[in-house]
Parts: sequence; C-alpha cells; structure tokens
Amino acid sequence: MRVSLFITCLVDQLWPAVGMSAVEVLRRVGCEVVFDERQTCCGQPAFNTGYRSEARRLAQRFIEIFEETESDAIVSPSGSCTAMVHHFHELFPDDKGWRRRAEAVADRTHEFSSFLGNTLGVEDVGAHFRGRVTWHDACHGLRDLNLHSEPRRLIRNVRGAEFVELPNADSCCGFGGTFSVKYPEISVAILDSKIEAIDKAGVRAVISGDASCLMQIGGRLTRQKSAVRAMHLAELLAAHEE
Amino acid sequence: MNHQSAETFDANARTALADTQLRGALRNLASTIGERRKVALTTVDDWEGLRERARAIKDETLAHLDKYLEAFADNAERAGAQIHWAHDAGEACAIVLRLLRERNATHVVKSKSMATEEIHLNTALEAEGLTPVETDLGEWIIQLAKETPSHIVVPAIHKSKKQIAELFAEKLGIEPTDDVAVLTGVARRILRQRFAEAQVGISGVNFGVAETGTILILENEGNVRLTTSLPKTHIAVMGIEKVIPCFTDLDVFLKLLPRSGTGQSLTAYQSLITGTKRRPEDEGPEEVHIVLMENGRTRMLSHPVTRQSLACIRCGACLNACPVYQQIGGHAYGSVYPGPIGAVITPQLIGLGKTAQLPYASSLCGACREVCPVKIDIPQLLLHLRAEVVEGTANGTAQKLPVKRKIVERLAFSLYAFAWSSPRLYEWGTRIARVLQRPAVRDGRIGKVSTLVAKLMPPLGAWTTWRDARPIAPRSFREQWREQHTRDNRGV
Repeated sequence: MRVSLFITCLVDQLWPAVGMSAVEVLRRVGCEVVFDERQTCCGQPAFNTGYRSEARRLAQRFIEIFEETESDAIVSPSGSCTAMVHHFHELFPDDKGWRRRAEAVADRTHEFSSFLGNTLGVEDVGAHFRGRVTWHDACHGLRDLNLHSEPRRLIRNVRGAEFVELPNADSCCGFGGTFSVKYPEISVAILDSKIEAIDKAGVRAVISGDASCLMQIGGRLTRQKSAVRAMHLAELLAAHEE
Repeated sequence: MNHQSAETFDANARTALADTQLRGALRNLASTIGERRKVALTTVDDWEGLRERARAIKDETLAHLDKYLEAFADNAERAGAQIHWAHDAGEACAIVLRLLRERNATHVVKSKSMATEEIHLNTALEAEGLTPVETDLGEWIIQLAKETPSHIVVPAIHKSKKQIAELFAEKLGIEPTDDVAVLTGVARRILRQRFAEAQVGISGVNFGVAETGTILILENEGNVRLTTSLPKTHIAVMGIEKVIPCFTDLDVFLKLLPRSGTGQSLTAYQSLITGTKRRPEDEGPEEVHIVLMENGRTRMLSHPVTRQSLACIRCGACLNACPVYQQIGGHAYGSVYPGPIGAVITPQLIGLGKTAQLPYASSLCGACREVCPVKIDIPQLLLHLRAEVVEGTANGTAQKLPVKRKIVERLAFSLYAFAWSSPRLYEWGTRIARVLQRPAVRDGRIGKVSTLVAKLMPPLGAWTTWRDARPIAPRSFREQWREQHTRDNRGV
C-alpha cells in the first residue's frame, strides 16, 4: 500500500521524531511511504479562531497538493489535523465543486492509529518498550473520528509495556489551539486535572495521538520536573527497547 | 459579587479560578451529576436512537414553527388558557406586569424558569414594587443572597453548605446550623406561607404540546405544582421554541431530559397543564396565561447552522461535561445562560458586541456535543460565531459589529495564510525562527520567557508562564526526510 504522509506543520517543525517514527512504523507494516514537500499546514489554527478565508486558502492548497499525490491513502500522525481535513467541506458552503473535492480528499485521509487498526487491520507492530504507560484521548481523535479502541489495542501489544487507563483519559487536556494562549489560566487549570491523574498512575510515559496535546501535557510535566515522558503513539510503536 | 459582564470574561474567569470554595463546589458537579447521568443512561435501551428521535422532532417543529405555534395557541385557548405574544424581553415583562396589576396582585410566587431569567423578569417586577418569591430551593437561596443562578438546572451549585447556613442565619435570623434537614425545614415552612398567600403564580415551561395546548413542567420539589395550582392565576412564560407537535412526543423527551439534567430516570413531579380547571371542585387556577416569547429566536431560526440552538431543552448536561465550566462555574460567563450552550445562545440573543469572548471560551473538546440529548453540535456553533466575530457579521447579515479584534491577531493570521501558502516561505520563515529562538532554548525546551519577550510575543509569554514550550527542532522532518532520500538515492 502506497501511503502519502500528511505530516502536519507541528510535527514537521517541533516534533520531527514523531514523523520519522511514523515513517518507520508504516514501512515496518509493509507500506511504501511518500512525502510531498509542498505541504505546509491544513489551516486548522485559522479555522478554529474564526479566520475562514485564511483557512480556505490553505485548505484549497492542501486539496490541490494531495489530489496530485498518487497514493492509496493519506495518513497523518494527528487526530485534530485529520479532523480538520474532514471539516474542509464546511469552508465551501456555496461551492459544490470545491466541496466535492474536499470530501474526496477527506475520504482518503486517515489518522495514524485508525489507518493501522481499521484500514490495515494491524494490531501488533512488533514494538518493544519497557515500563508502565497510559493513554490520553485527544479530543478530536476521540469525538470527531471516534477513535477509542484502535490506539489502546496497539499499545497493549507493545512488548514490555504495561498499559494502565487514566480515570479521566477522555477528558480534555486544556490545549484547544489558540484557547491555550487566549485563556492560559483556564487552559492550565484544566490541564492540571490531567497531570494529577498522570502523576497518580505512576507511569513512565503518557501516550497520545496528537502532538498538540502532548506539548501541553509534556510542557507542564517538564516544568514540574516530572520524570514522566510525553510520547506520541508513533514513537512508542517505533520503539525497540529490548 | 456575581453580577459580572460577559465583556470581562477573562478577568471573571481569573477571579473564579482563585476562588477555592467555588472550585471545591464545582468539583462535586462532574462527580455527582455527571456520574449519575452515566448510570441513568444505562436504564434506557437505545439512548442514541432516543437522541436521534428527539432531534428529528425538534427539527420538524422548527421547520414549521409557525404552524405548530398557531396550533398550540388555538388548542391552549380552547382549553381555557389565554395566549399573549411578546416580541422581546420588554414586552414579555410588560405583559406579566399588566396581568399582575389588573388582578391587584400583592403576593406572587414563582418557580424556576430560564425564560424569566432571560428577560430579567424579577428585576422588572421589583422596580414596580412587586417582588415574586422564588420557590425552588436553589433559586430561593440565590434570591436571598441577591445573586444570579450559576447553572441552568442547579442554580446555587456555586454555594457551599456552610455559606447557605450563614446566609440563612443572617437573613432569616435562625440559629446557625449546617444540618441540611433543619435548613430545608426552615425553607419549607417559610415557602408554604408564601404559597398560601399568593394570588398569582409564575412559572416557565419545559414543553408545550401543539396537538393539545398542554404545557409540561418538570421538577423535584413540588414547588412548581403549588405555584401552578394554588394561586387563582397562573402565568407561564414560554420561549416559542418550546413547542413540540404531539403529546406522544413527550415520551421521548421525558426519557431524555431528567436523565441528562439530574441523572434521574424521571423527576419527582411532572405537571401537565391543559388550560384552566373545568369544574369548580377541581384543583387548579381559574386563569391560565401563557406568554409566548420570541426574543431573538427567529434570528436563530433563519440560518441553517444557528437554527439548532433552538433545539436546546435546557438540561444543563453540557455545563456539567464542559472542562471550562468545571473550572470556572457559571458566573464568569456574565450571562444568564452559562457554559457551552450559553456561549452560543447569549451572543445570538444580545449580539456579539459585548459577548465576543464567549465563543472563544472553549477548547472545542466536543464533550458538550457528546452529552447533548438533542445532538446540538455546539463546537460547530462556536466556530460559526467565531467566524462572525472575525468577519464582523451577524447571522448572515452584513451588519458591522462593534467588535474590536486585535489588529495584531488579524495581521498574524493574514501573514500565516500568505507565507504558509508557499513551501519556500514556510521553510525559510521557520529556519529564521529557529535562529531567533536560540537564546531562549535550554535543555531542548523554552522555559518562562522574559517580560520583554512576553510583551513582544504575547502567545509565547502566555504559554511559558505555566508550561515549557517546545522549540523548533534543529532539523525539521522535511530536512531529515530529504537527507534520508538523497542518501537512499545514492544507494547508501
């Protein structure tokens, strides 16, 4: 299967290791991975802040680029960016042509764990990681894309890793895009409920499917000098600690 | 203390976050009502199916609202009720005031109703020297404390038992006690007297059935039953979106509303009122007046996205599920309707001019949409309103809003859309930032930045005050990819 990577600007610039890990895992399960270097950002920050014309401009660009990429699927290591692609059609309420193109691209776009679990039917990628881990459901992956069992199944099959559920795994980490800097105090108050639960879980790493949530959670963990590592699912699945 | 404005949402929220008593009270909210709700959902077979049916009923009603309202009014009148139409809050208050005056009312009781909160009925009546006594325990507490409700269903959720004990001691002159049975006993004794002397009872409406002209009100304390049956005159204030087509539709909503609102299978009381009493020996009021209130609702109706706001049955589930509400409570929103649904309804009711912060008061996590019994896509509405804030339009009209957006934010998003439309500008821009960030990066992260940097880049300042920031990586993914591929192509 030929997979076109939608890397997301956040992973590209801030967390490239997530992207490299995703490539490694996808290759390991037999995919041919291609990457179109013209891609930048899906426009989610603009869309979520109300800047629709700016978002439209980036969405159109995205659609054009990925229409030209020859691949069986577009895969992204982010639930919220994948969800944004699935929302593209809302940017063209009065333009049937663009709406159709947006929907066609959205149909081919999959979040990383969903692609592995639902498209390929892979449950075990042969990863090794030592220690106890837990999972944070990124909101868009959970509620826009209905991902719940997919990442958990993959984590449970990582050799050496012990999976524990957070009591509030499905509650927001408080990131929310520009919300995190428009209302930083509220954002951090929400975050601290999550951090409290992670602390109690006694884990080595907290895993999630969105780099944005992981920046929020990880940024607070390091600020508090916690030893718990914020880690993307792709990084965990690429790990080979024997 | 809690008469805050939506204009100062950010400051209100900071005050709320510093209020440890408030946050303690709010912690119970999710763990009590939220958990009870989850259990209550398991007592129906097909929750999703019920939600679908409820929304379909609401959509059908809203698509033909004129027809159903007319039928409701006709049938209610046939049963002996009198219908009054009010365009806005002022008209609705004036109608109620006139009805009270015409009846020489001196004592008025009132049950909990968001519609009357919305039009600030108590304030309007107080100005004329006619203060209705709130009879819902929570509302009565709020009235004693001269506050406003902080939740749609549990209005005094922000108050602790201790605070209520102190309030009762101060206002009612009783011995201070935190024995709940004693406190409620005192409330019961006082309120019974108020019921006995009242000439008029004012209530809200949960559902108005078009087919029969019946109104349904749900409650747990029996105060609605007394308010609507003991006084000679009953006045019900009802938003026009409360109408539903058929009596059998109630079956769906009676399963959804109590479970979503309080986590109960059914409320203790359901008052179905169809006009006035028929025979002298019957119980019930001699006169029933229903004030049908528009107050901005047709504007919501006019747009396919905003129309769903009118499907709301005021259960409060979205408040309980909302991570923002859970932290700051209801008063910070500075509006009658707080929480996620308040953040979408309030700007539509009173305009975005003073409420432009509310649609942004959400992390867009979608927990509200997930619990909503009528499947309102609140995040979609929030995004719709954010676009209106940015574009300066309201409900599709070209009306300019007095919304001052920060010029800097506008510029930043324009620049972003422009530069990131070009892979070259994107790459060079981030490379320059990589160099500029250098002095701030330590151990692979950016700690709290200096005041000067925070002033130059407020988002970075806001982020790093509490969280470390992830710097731009020394080598981006695309650089690493490129390297790997040139290497592969060279056959290494």
